Order: sequence, then structure tokens, then C-alpha cells
Amino acid sequence: MSTDQSQRSIRCLVAKVGLDGHDRGAHVIARAFRDAGFEVIYSGLHKAPDEIVQAAVQEDVNVLGISILSGAHNTLVPKIVEGLKEYDAFDDTLILVGGVIPDDDKAELKELGVAEVFGPGTPMEETVEYVRENAPER
Amino acid sequence: MSESAGLLDDLLAGKHRALARVITKIENRDPGYRELVSGLYEHTGNAEVIGITGSPGAGKSTLVDKLAEHYREQGETVGVVAIDPSSPYTGGAVLGDRIRMASNVGDMDVFFRSMSARGNLGGLSTATADAVKAMDAFGKDKVIIETVGAGQNEIDIVGAADTVTVLVPPGAGDNVQMLKAGILEIADIFVVNKADMDGADRTVQELTEMVHLGQGSTTVDAGHHGFDEVEMDLDMPTDTDPWKPPIVETVATDGEGVVDLVETFTEHRTFLEASGELTRRRRQRVAEEIRTLLRDDAAGLVEDELDDQGGVGTFVDGVMAGDTDPYTIADDVMGPIRDCIEDQ
Repeated sequence: MSTDQSQRSIRCLVAKVGLDGHDRGAHVIARAFRDAGFEVIYSGLHKAPDEIVQAAVQEDVNVLGISILSGAHNTLVPKIVEGLKEYDAFDDTLILVGGVIPDDDKAELKELGVAEVFGPGTPMEETVEYVRENAPER
Repeated sequence: MSESAGLLDDLLAGKHRALARVITKIENRDPGYRELVSGLYEHTGNAEVIGITGSPGAGKSTLVDKLAEHYREQGETVGVVAIDPSSPYTGGAVLGDRIRMASNVGDMDVFFRSMSARGNLGGLSTATADAVKAMDAFGKDKVIIETVGAGQNEIDIVGAADTVTVLVPPGAGDNVQMLKAGILEIADIFVVNKADMDGADRTVQELTEMVHLGQGSTTVDAGHHGFDEVEMDLDMPTDTDPWKPPIVETVATDGEGVVDLVETFTEHRTFLEASGELTRRRRQRVAEEIRTLLRDDAAGLVEDELDDQGGVGTFVDGVMAGDTDPYTIADDVMGPIRDCIEDQ
């Protein structure tokens, strides 16, 4: 085994922000990502945007998956994006949003810099595949 | 490489993102990571490195959180490297230690980094030690390494620490049994966490007895990091009494005992410095680091040579067909490498 062999792994932060206690989806996704061979960091419930930014920056994750079912995405996601920009982490982090997002808001989120929005009923394989194909290189 | 140089400058300038990226490169073993670490070296040596290990659920992460909070209140900056196992099947991992860092949220001066084994436990101790160097060079006053204590690898991992703390949950006779098997020798400090639970007194008592017994047969440092005897002979004479691992009781969830623990860290630090033990441990660490790098490099050369001679598969075919055996093959493959070295 040569040390020249690099050992890359896709690192994902699965984040729950704001006053939203519905974490089943986040757990299922975290598990699916793990089984796909990714390294998953789960934020835990009720995190502030600042905490998500801190974790994403320090852990140098390729992918930040934000799960929101509270309807507060238009308030919370911009704060996270701002924070990532502040620490030069926005450009090389793939931001995904999962949860209940009205179609009208999807375009707005994407405008902000969210790469994709996965609604209820999205097959797990689709999300995993999307991450594999789009996770930025480190 | 200019990218490495730029990254190094940014790290030394205190950019969090650069520190994060350097650790990623160390973890990935990206081309150029060695250059980075070698550039870090001259800036290291200022952080106090504390290792914390113990069985799953002993309360390590919660205690680390409270320690970090305490240090922050003293105005000191903290780095944490938390190591979790990864799946041997998929390589995937859920790194859950971060969840417990509830007291330091949003405080960028606590730099918390989760690492997984990536199916390469041998390399993990090197990667951990290098990540600690990155945090040290960044200017962290305290660096804490947190890992589940189960076997030799974890022992190697906490070997990067100046002070090794072993957490023991109360009422766990079996755990104490496990400790006898090796973790006991590496502990500089024992912590009985969840000290408010039934059975805590008993665990403290059992540990106390064990520490006393341990004092008779071996010194605290014997085989500390598994070095050979030649290395041990280089010991500087110590004029202080040998360190006897103290047992500290804590209740990490509400921060009880954390001040005591920090004081014990300081006492151990004083001991390390006064006895020359710190220098000795650091010398050992450097020696081991050199050896590990050389072993890795040599292994790489051997692997290349193996490929040149047709790959391991062909040799396996030969053995399976009964034409040769692994020992003869090893001799043959090593031949050209040996010749090269002997020619010099």
C-alpha cells in the first residue's frame, strides 16, 4: 500500500435548521448516504444557521443537505448561504435542500445557490446518484 | 506547488477554511499533503495535546464539549479531532460526535473536526497526528483528540497526545476488565464519568486498586507507545517520582468535576515538563513518525516492484499451482531492491 494512493471520500453534512422537529427524513437520508459509502455528519435538531455554517466550514464537507419541513426555508437558507460566503466555503460546497418546498420557492432557492431541491417521495437512489455526480472535488 | 504554499499561508494567517482544507488533504492523502505537513512542522509544538478515549457511551464527547467550554472561558482556543469508526463494507460512516458539542455552537474558536477510519486503521494514527499538527500550527492553545478506545489502533491514535485520559463509566465491571488488557498502561489520568450514578464509588475503588497493582509490576511508561528497548535506553534520568494516574470523578452532562480534571491536566503537564518526560515522549513520537513514513515509502516501492514483475496475481497463480511458495516469491521480489541498497 503506497501512501501515494489518495483516499477520497464524499463528506456530507445533514442539517436540520430552525424550529422543526421532524427528523425522520434527515435520519433516513443520513443512513442512505452512509450506506452509499459517504461520510455523514448529522447536525442534530433545532440548529441555528450559524451552527450549520460552522459545521460545514470546519468539517470541509463536499455536500450540505438541509432538511426543512417547517416552511421557513426562505428565511433560513439565505442565512446559511451568507455564512458560507463569509468563510469562502460557498463556491465549493454543493447545497441541497430536502423537505416540503412549494414550487414557487424552488426557483428562488436555486437562484440563491441551492443546487437542487428534493421533495417528498424522491427515490433515495436519485439523491445518492445526484450527490455522486455533483459533489465538488476536494 | 503554489496551491500548497497558498493554503499553508492562509492557515498560518488564521483562515478557518484553510485549516479545514488542509485536514481534508491530510485525510485524503492527496498528492502534496506531505509537502503541506512538512511545511506545518516548524510552526508546531505550542499546543497542549490531550487524548480522550473510552468505551462507547462513556461520555467522551460530552466531556470534550465541557472541557472546550471551560478553556474558552479562560480565553484559550481549542481544536478537537474526533474519530469515529467507518463501515468495513461500504466505507461509509456517520460521524456523530459533533452533536454533543452543544456548549460551543457558533464559536469558531472551537474548531471541531470529525474523522473516520476510512478502512485504513494503520494510516489513521498518522492522519490524526498530522491533523493535530495542523491545529497546532493554526495556533490552537489546546488540542483534544477523542476516540473510541477498543484496541491497538486507538492506543496508537491517542499516542499523539501528551496527556492520555481514559474514561470509565461506573458500574461496569466488564469495562474495568477490558482496561486491564492494555488501555490501563496508556492512561495518564482516569476519569470516572457519570459519577452520580450507582456503582461509581465501586468503579473508583476498583481503578484505585488497579493503579496500585500496576505500580508494582511495571512503570507507568513501560511500553507506552510500543517502542523497542533501544529507544527506552535513551531515557533521560528522571529526578521526580513516577507519575501515578489519578482518578477524577466527573458528571459531564452538568459540568461537574471539569475544573478538577483541568487542574489534573495541569499537574500532569507540570510533571511532564519537570521530569523531562515531555521531551522523551516527543522524541519517541518523532522516531515513530520517521519509521512509519519510511515503512510506508518502502511498502510503496515494494508494491511498484511487484507490479513491475507482473502483479501479485501471477505469483498467487504460481503458489496455487504448487510451483512456488510465498517465501521464495518475497525473496525474489525483494531481490532488485536489496541489490540497489547493497550497491550503495
